[in-house]
Amino acid sequence: MLKRATLTALILLLLQIQYVIGQNSVGIIEVPELEKIIEPEAGKLKVINFWATWCKPCIKELPYFVEAQKEFTEVEFIYISLDFADKIEKVDSFAKKKGLDKGEMYLIDDLDYNSWIDKVSPDWSGAIPGTLFVSEKGKEFFEKEFHSGELNEIILNKK
Amino acid sequence: MKNVLMIFLSIVFLFAFTADKKGYTIGDTARDFSLKNVNGEMISLEDFEDAKGYIVIFTCNTCPYSVLYEDRIIELQKEYAKKNFPVIAINPNDDKKSPGDSFDEMKVRAKEKMFNFPYVYDETQEVTKDYGATNTPHVYVLDADRTVKYIGAIDNNTKSAEDADKKYVEDAVNALLAGEEVPVEKTKAIGCTIKWAF
Repeated sequence: MLKRATLTALILLLLQIQYVIGQNSVGIIEVPELEKIIEPEAGKLKVINFWATWCKPCIKELPYFVEAQKEFTEVEFIYISLDFADKIEKVDSFAKKKGLDKGEMYLIDDLDYNSWIDKVSPDWSGAIPGTLFVSEKGKEFFEKEFHSGELNEIILNKK
Repeated sequence: MKNVLMIFLSIVFLFAFTADKKGYTIGDTARDFSLKNVNGEMISLEDFEDAKGYIVIFTCNTCPYSVLYEDRIIELQKEYAKKNFPVIAINPNDDKKSPGDSFDEMKVRAKEKMFNFPYVYDETQEVTKDYGATNTPHVYVLDADRTVKYIGAIDNNTKSAEDADKKYVEDAVNALLAGEEVPVEKTKAIGCTIKWAF
């Protein structure tokens, strides 16, 4: 009996440790959580980047986001991976290697794309990379690969 | 003078706006083309005599989401070519931006996968621009008169054909073959951007 209780306590402890360590890991989300993430918040600018480990132009532009994040500490940077959910470990280690863990990291696990792409933005065809800017004033979607300086310019305009 | 200027500005604005929203929408008549197939032949829609329609798919070698759909594109051709509703796959990517999508690489991929459909190269990207394709894979289902009847994804599960419970292209083609309205005319899907030449 005692053994069992100890075991349970141990498992709970392990889970907790994992939770704490995993705080800045890529979290798997579904559409309702995505909808919450893209909602405007008072006084806040959110930069929400849609990417995937298989998308070359996405990977090319990621350093600009990491750089911009250092410069604009008050801006919230959110990275949403479109990789398949069974690739979560690969996505997680890749994202950390790229320094995305300074922002929020998620993987959207819903392959019925047509049911939610328009919720992110009617201006989005579904091609990636794509980035959504959300502020009190509204939302704007850019379906493009950012090059040096472009991202910072948009952020400055929206602040 | 002020009025003339206003009219002029309106026209400029109108053009700027139209240019931004280019590409076909449902009901438009799609253009024909003459593009080089991997076997060296030039392919046009008008070559398909007695065609009841066309499944035009913008796809490429290098996009993982296109690759995931290759077997399904082969299946579409198997099913519908015999019903005079052929698949024509168009690679829209600039080969300087994406060397893996060069004409030579297309030939390699077509042979490896034994493509049973024409796989043509839109070298100038003009056809892609006129259609308004934005990503790969991106499908346009046309009827016999080249009227655009469906634009979008092949189905609603990129990862696995078995798990897709909405087969948009099949549903559209079946409806057209039966003389019925296409149930879902437009969908969106995650895909790769088209690699435009500068």
